[in-house]
Amino acid sequence: MLSIKNLHVSIEGKEIIRGLNLEVNPGEVHAIMGPNGTGKSTLAAVIAGREGIYEVTEGEIFFKGKDISEMSVEDRAREGIFLGFQYPVEIPGVSITNFMRTAINEIRQYKGLEQVSAANFLKQMEEAKNLVGIQSKLTNRSVNEGFSGGEKKKNEIFQMAMIKPDMAILDETDSGLDIDALKVVANGVNTLKTPENSTVVITHYQRLLDYIIPDFVHVLFDGRIVKSGKKELALELEAKGYDWLKAEA
Amino acid sequence: MEIKTENIPLDQKMISIFEENQEVIFRNDSPALVERRKAAIAQFRKSGFPGKKTENWRNTDISKSLEADYNYYLEPTYRPNVDLDKIFQCDIPHLETDMISQLNGWYVSKNGGIKTDEQGVVIGSLAMAKEKYTDLIDAHYGNIAEDTKSGFVALNNAFSEDGVFIYVPDNVQVKMPLQMVNIIHHDENIFIQNHNLVIVGKNSSLQLVQCDDSVDHQQSLINTVTEIYVGENSSVDHYKLQNKNDNSTLINSMFFDMKRDARLSTNAITLNGGLIRNENYVTLNGENCEANVMGVYLVDKAQHVDNQVFVDHAYPNCYSNELFKGIVDDSAHAVFNGHILVRKDSQHTNAYQNNKNILLTDKATVTTKPFLEIYADDVKCSHGATIGQLDENAMFYLNSRGIGEHNARMLLLYAFAAEVINHIKIEPLKIRIDDMVKKRLRGELSICEQCVLHCSSMEKEIKFDIDMSKV
Repeated sequence: MLSIKNLHVSIEGKEIIRGLNLEVNPGEVHAIMGPNGTGKSTLAAVIAGREGIYEVTEGEIFFKGKDISEMSVEDRAREGIFLGFQYPVEIPGVSITNFMRTAINEIRQYKGLEQVSAANFLKQMEEAKNLVGIQSKLTNRSVNEGFSGGEKKKNEIFQMAMIKPDMAILDETDSGLDIDALKVVANGVNTLKTPENSTVVITHYQRLLDYIIPDFVHVLFDGRIVKSGKKELALELEAKGYDWLKAEA
Repeated sequence: MEIKTENIPLDQKMISIFEENQEVIFRNDSPALVERRKAAIAQFRKSGFPGKKTENWRNTDISKSLEADYNYYLEPTYRPNVDLDKIFQCDIPHLETDMISQLNGWYVSKNGGIKTDEQGVVIGSLAMAKEKYTDLIDAHYGNIAEDTKSGFVALNNAFSEDGVFIYVPDNVQVKMPLQMVNIIHHDENIFIQNHNLVIVGKNSSLQLVQCDDSVDHQQSLINTVTEIYVGENSSVDHYKLQNKNDNSTLINSMFFDMKRDARLSTNAITLNGGLIRNENYVTLNGENCEANVMGVYLVDKAQHVDNQVFVDHAYPNCYSNELFKGIVDDSAHAVFNGHILVRKDSQHTNAYQNNKNILLTDKATVTTKPFLEIYADDVKCSHGATIGQLDENAMFYLNSRGIGEHNARMLLLYAFAAEVINHIKIEPLKIRIDDMVKKRLRGELSICEQCVLHCSSMEKEIKFDIDMSKV
């Protein structure tokens, strides 16, 4: 599904990611953990295709066998990559409904499909709303405008449910959530899981991984994956912190 | 009567037209109005048209517009073979309005020029009202529209013979919105001056939609003055729609006088026009008034739009809010000049002002000057202005959901404008403006797909069957 080889990324001349390798296969859930400032969010942004301050200086990113290095953000999304934002952006004046209809139709157009019918769209909206327990009135509002932290994160999972990506990268989806909201978000992600799609969960804390059980855990430190293991690695990190890894690295 | 002016500067030409045609200009006037006009032309003689040296005209160069050779008419003039019913047909679905039409600045009517409905609301031609409602005209014409505000206002006060007259008595809620449509439709370059007078009594309410449109591509200079008096505890909800051709210059001076407990909302929506200058003068002339002064402008090519807002807090305990938003494309230029005056005894004033702009190209320019002048000490006031590009984070967010550059841009630009459009309280009008703004942003709006008018067949000659003697 996703294959990253020797990725190097700089921000304003400073190398943030320094030779990162990652293989994610269909049906797998990967967790990327690590202390603050080690490049987790940079990795998520670069996979999604963000440019501007991010400069990929070396390495390759393949998605479903295609080299996506030169692909625009929207084309990567249309190919099936979904980024759940750590800080979802408020867009006053754009309703969630209009936003989602535009997104879905553009993705369908890219795949050579017809526009979604009004009935199907509404049905999808209903299902997605129920999945994360968001109210109808929320979807009539502007995207993320005035939403609480929890509502914003639920809205990310709602969008993921609408778009049904092949691969979701969830960047610190647990940050700012109370335990109830965390369960709702995790349940959404688990329900959307199929043997064909993959999930990469980026998190600072082990807490989320009690609810979204990863197949693999990677520790990102100083721009590299310094340790990979099964879900037990997360527990070990929780117990011992990151310092012992710093020593190893 | 047609007066052509050749190679003489327009100000001098207008002064001589005035001198040579006094009997025509004064033909419907009371002695008081004649005196008013004389005072106005005297002021115009002094000031002339505003130039680049005039402080609040520094960023709007009117000289090119004044250079052209215009025809000036002291009597109604229409292009022959025009079906007024067709021109003035409104195609906003579900918008029920009482339509008041002006063609080239002259009131157009089949009802004898003035009518009074069962509630006592008077709607008609200003020229006709001068005879029937002399006292009201004498007390209000050119009263808040002071000659010293600009040479254009003075010249309009001196010359204007026609326009729309609306009188709403005390305790009347006018149910249907009134829609004033002023269309310019002429074979040759034309200079037009009309004057609208709206008087609303106590405890009354009125919704007014004012549309300025062109239906051809002739060069025109339009100098409009509108005076709106909002009585005690009354409310006026006012909209100005401007969709003019690129060869037109529109100087639109609006004056609002609010008595105590009055509420005003005015919204200027500029979709197209060569050079448009909107001057809004709002006087909160009693306690507990609330004024919302808003505008949105979408300009491109070499267009120029200038919004001047002066809010005078003359009494305590009033609220005013200004919000102007603009999207400026190509090499267009937008100007905003907001001035809030809080007088010494106007305590507990709440006054806010905001002007936000998006520039779409390197050549597009915005000149904005928010300005507060406060003499009272217990007030809440704020002002702000922003000029920027589209928000990159929002662009990335939309792109990351599969939305391409073009649609993402449209969504964001539309959302930017929607903040003002959402304040439109007449639902069918809001839906229509919404649609027009989207079309405008996609570059699909032409002045022949008018806001309110069917004029897709403008090039064809249409039958003309109105009795001109009644106009």
